[in-house]
Amino acid sequence: MLRYVSKRVLSSLILLVLVTTLTFAMVFGGADNVAQNILGENATDAQIAALETKLGIDRPLYVQYADWVVHAVEGDFGQSWTMGESVSRIVSGRLIVTLSMVTVAVFTIGIVASLLGITAAVKGGWADRAIQVLSVVGFSLPNFWLGLILVVVFALNLRWFPATGYVDFSTSPIGWAAALTLPVAALVLSGIASASQQVRGAMIDALRQDYVRTLRAGGIKPSSVLFRHALRNAMPAALTVLSVQFIALLGGAAIIERVFAIPGLGSVTVQAALSGDVPVLMGVVVTMIILVVLVNILIDLANAWVNPKVRL
Amino acid sequence: MTDGVIVECIDVNTHFGALHVLKNINLTVRAGETVGLVGESGSGKTTLGRAILGIGPVSSGRILFEGQDIAGIPPRDRKGNAAAIQAVFQDPYTSLNPSMTIEDILTEPIIARRQAGRAEASAKVRALLDQVALPSDAAFRYPREFSGGQRQRIAIARALALEPHLIVCDEPVSALDLSTQARVLDLFVEIQERTGVAYLFVSHDLAVVRHISHRVAVMRGGEIVEFGDCDQVTAKPQHSYTRRLLLAAPVADPVRQAERRAAFHALAVGER
Amino acid sequence: MMSAVQQKSSPSLSGRSGLLRSILTNPLGLIAATLLGAVVLIAIFAPLIAPFAPDDLQIFKVNAAPGDGYLLGGDGSGRDIFSRLVYGARNTLIGALITVSVSSVVGVTSGLFAGYFGGRREIVMSWISDGLMSLPSLIVLLAFYQSLGSSIEISMLVFGVMLAPGFYRLTRNLVNGVKHELYVDAARVSGLSDLRIIVGHILLVIRAPVIIQISVVAGISIVIQSGLQFLGLGDTSIPTWGGMLQDAFANMFVVPTAIFWPGLAISVTVASLVLLANAIRDRLQQGNRPVAVPNMPVLAVKPATVTEPVAEGVLLEVRDLVVGYPEKSGWTEVVKGVSLTLRRGEVLGLVGESGSGKTQTAFAMLGLLSTGGRILSGSIWFDSRDIANLPEEDMRKLRGRRIAYVPQEPMSNLDPAFRIGYQLTEPMVTVLGISKAEARERALTLLARVGMPNPLRTFNAYPHQISGGMAQRVLIARAISCNPDLLIADEPTTALDVTVQAEVLNLLRDLQAEMNMSVILVTHNFGVVADICHRVSVMKDGRVVETNDVTELFAAPRHDYTKMLLGAVLDDVTPRVYQPRSGKGVAA
Repeated sequence: MLRYVSKRVLSSLILLVLVTTLTFAMVFGGADNVAQNILGENATDAQIAALETKLGIDRPLYVQYADWVVHAVEGDFGQSWTMGESVSRIVSGRLIVTLSMVTVAVFTIGIVASLLGITAAVKGGWADRAIQVLSVVGFSLPNFWLGLILVVVFALNLRWFPATGYVDFSTSPIGWAAALTLPVAALVLSGIASASQQVRGAMIDALRQDYVRTLRAGGIKPSSVLFRHALRNAMPAALTVLSVQFIALLGGAAIIERVFAIPGLGSVTVQAALSGDVPVLMGVVVTMIILVVLVNILIDLANAWVNPKVRL
Repeated sequence: MTDGVIVECIDVNTHFGALHVLKNINLTVRAGETVGLVGESGSGKTTLGRAILGIGPVSSGRILFEGQDIAGIPPRDRKGNAAAIQAVFQDPYTSLNPSMTIEDILTEPIIARRQAGRAEASAKVRALLDQVALPSDAAFRYPREFSGGQRQRIAIARALALEPHLIVCDEPVSALDLSTQARVLDLFVEIQERTGVAYLFVSHDLAVVRHISHRVAVMRGGEIVEFGDCDQVTAKPQHSYTRRLLLAAPVADPVRQAERRAAFHALAVGER
Repeated sequence: MMSAVQQKSSPSLSGRSGLLRSILTNPLGLIAATLLGAVVLIAIFAPLIAPFAPDDLQIFKVNAAPGDGYLLGGDGSGRDIFSRLVYGARNTLIGALITVSVSSVVGVTSGLFAGYFGGRREIVMSWISDGLMSLPSLIVLLAFYQSLGSSIEISMLVFGVMLAPGFYRLTRNLVNGVKHELYVDAARVSGLSDLRIIVGHILLVIRAPVIIQISVVAGISIVIQSGLQFLGLGDTSIPTWGGMLQDAFANMFVVPTAIFWPGLAISVTVASLVLLANAIRDRLQQGNRPVAVPNMPVLAVKPATVTEPVAEGVLLEVRDLVVGYPEKSGWTEVVKGVSLTLRRGEVLGLVGESGSGKTQTAFAMLGLLSTGGRILSGSIWFDSRDIANLPEEDMRKLRGRRIAYVPQEPMSNLDPAFRIGYQLTEPMVTVLGISKAEARERALTLLARVGMPNPLRTFNAYPHQISGGMAQRVLIARAISCNPDLLIADEPTTALDVTVQAEVLNLLRDLQAEMNMSVILVTHNFGVVADICHRVSVMKDGRVVETNDVTELFAAPRHDYTKMLLGAVLDDVTPRVYQPRSGKGVAA
């Protein structure tokens, strides 16, 4: 068990190093006309050269990388080039916003998809049809378009929810919930669609196993067959789905935050991408990968707990 | 090639990692002969068959086929008659590609060995189907349209396509019903008498092996514990494991089975 | 285990036209194909269809309402929304094409090689694939935006690489499922090279799932591409659906309806791709689902014609049992009027070949027919009570407690997620209502009784830690743990080696005598029948053709079918005589 976990942690670390290196090469390697962009069309060559020296991008790439790594290990991701703040401050301030939205979304997906998927697998009927329709609708409605429609209908016309903005939970829990309702709704639809389909499949698979008939033949209660035995065997597949959903939500948040003007990690990424704020982009990528790695390790642990064969 | 021996395994060993699955195997098959290879799961009998076919590993030792060493040489690199060695596998449901017509299945070996072009190979299909007593219109149908026994006939026809001197049969009747099993075994015998092909017949079922074999090798734990004439091995076994195996298989006669059961018990108690 | 199940139950699309036919015969598939075809045609012939050039602007038509030449109105710069939609189709499809080509070529090729050759290559490739999959692709594309430049095509190319793991995993899993199929071995023996096996056999089998995945990936790439353009990335001078949404978003408070059209175009295109994928998938899974019966035939449950009491000493009497499964054309009967009698303390053999209905008869007695199966008529008198079509709740009280079951495959019949001990004590706690501690004591005694050398170790083991023979003993122990009156054993020794079979049969015989249990033993093996049964019923095509005392049956079988079966038994053959041949000159 301990070996399994340490193996996973090690391979995650390698992944983190590889991806950051690659991203660094791509992002800083492409930062040729950043100074020009920042200073505008009328900047002189001298001004540009001065800014490049100030930002440190006149040095060879590997020197820049070594410099970045040395500081990054200490948690210092440098200064933003365009926002006048340190990257760590920008990222940490906005991480909470995005995380609160994504966490609510993951739990919503998990709960709704489990209920729907299990009901469909066991009873069929309406839940089965709902999943079939959802699988098409949820997949083909882009979340940002859905977000726009929700804004037009529920914010502009019905005025039930605010169209844009974010309220801190500590400021007003109700305001926080109201601000997040539409974004989360727009985010979760496709997730529910794909997750419920997979939960249904995993559950049907589990119920089709030979031992299910044998358990029933032994007089075991249907509730125990269903929830103790079948569900436990369907769990690994369902957990894996959640980890995939989490990753997808991190990307989806970038667009949704833009639609609803939420000051999260996603909208700062878009802003940085458009302005070429390379240190911020690096900070975001590193943060997101660490998040994904943490979630994956949690899910692996849960899987190992459920599935004895993994535990060896 | 004395005594018409066409296959000779000399000190064949196979390791899967730390597992020693074939231990110093020595075995011969003569032309036109059936050698039964019997053993329980994990005895190494299938591994030996696959080693001779060239689709399983050989760690050391030689496998002589008509004089040339074919150990460790994959089928596509084999030359001459060694290239014609064929196989009939256990499960007739997975041994035929569900997406191919019977004609495609039967002509595949001929085309792969460049013995004939597609048209010429197709012309042979009818004769092949005839040999296994299937109607010639079977050629344009798919495997799923046939029963287990019929599929096994198709697999046999495929094995005959290259006119081999040796066919390795891996449990070819184990998945079949009792009545089908007897008919397919009769077909094997009939083909052998007509063409003179030799069989290495791998099975867990002593009754089946006794029915078709001239000689029988008993395997256990990667070793051949007994090898001799069929009558000798199956009626007067020398090795205690062969005796145990023989007595363990129940016979379809309540009175005799009761005697055998008692004998099996006695053997088990005696061994303790 | 999962892949094995899929292997068996999913018929592949065979036939060269099978794939196309499967799409066009499905109404939704037909609609989807038509819509998709229309979008493609519009994209190709955009200049002919669009009334205006995409960047024609008329200043007085900024945010104009539909009409006056502008079919769907004007956008924020006074351009024709309809014309831009038409040209947008072209640019959107080009992007999707790039993503799909890159991801499928990279993913399928690497998947084929990793799956087929395995080993180190597979480990490395899978690691890369897992790594790629754990990156939020949109964020990466945003981060790379400055270096990739404003061309959306290059972004879509990178996105294609990021989606390749989907194809990789799919292909690798399919190949892993297929490569150990015997027909691949047969092809190898026939002398085919690895490349020809991959192309000729494996690709043939996996193409349908790959096409489904292509459809899905095309959908994803359209959504993501529009997302990027919506965020303002990419060349804003080119008309795209995502770019149009961005424009509409900027003017949302002025003309909220303008967000509708580009979104609709995206949704309809993606939906038709998904429906197409579903149509193919439906066809693939046809054999997998229970048939939905359009008009369920009326269940005429006939009252048992014979209601005379069951004779003294008889535990179970089955009378004219008919079991059916729903098919499109009505009920297909798999058991067609079976009558059986089982006395107390007797072992009755139920013999027959595959498809004879012996297992279905056994499942009917347990009330555990597969989905859709019903007892259509007849009665099952168990201890003077008709249990045919008994409500599930009442049936459950009998199962385990009075009627127990031993299955064929020992390994797949134990829940892999629970220890043996738990699986052994659970029925006792549930059925007998005894305490966990007491159940544990009993379980250990039972494990010792069925011949476990170290009961405590087995008790604490997981199923994958014990052998098949041991697992079967565990299942027998569980079946007898609540002292049932009737034990139904379905081919209990078929999956075992002969020497283990002999031991398990001995165990069953001893337990039966000890507990004076009645046993129904379903088997195809006459040796097993001769070994353990007192009486035998021979089944053929859902009917019992002969019931006889075991000695009688073997000595003087009455029915022709029984005689034929016994004639096929291979015991006591005279060994063949070898006639030497020369190794050469073997004629075919």
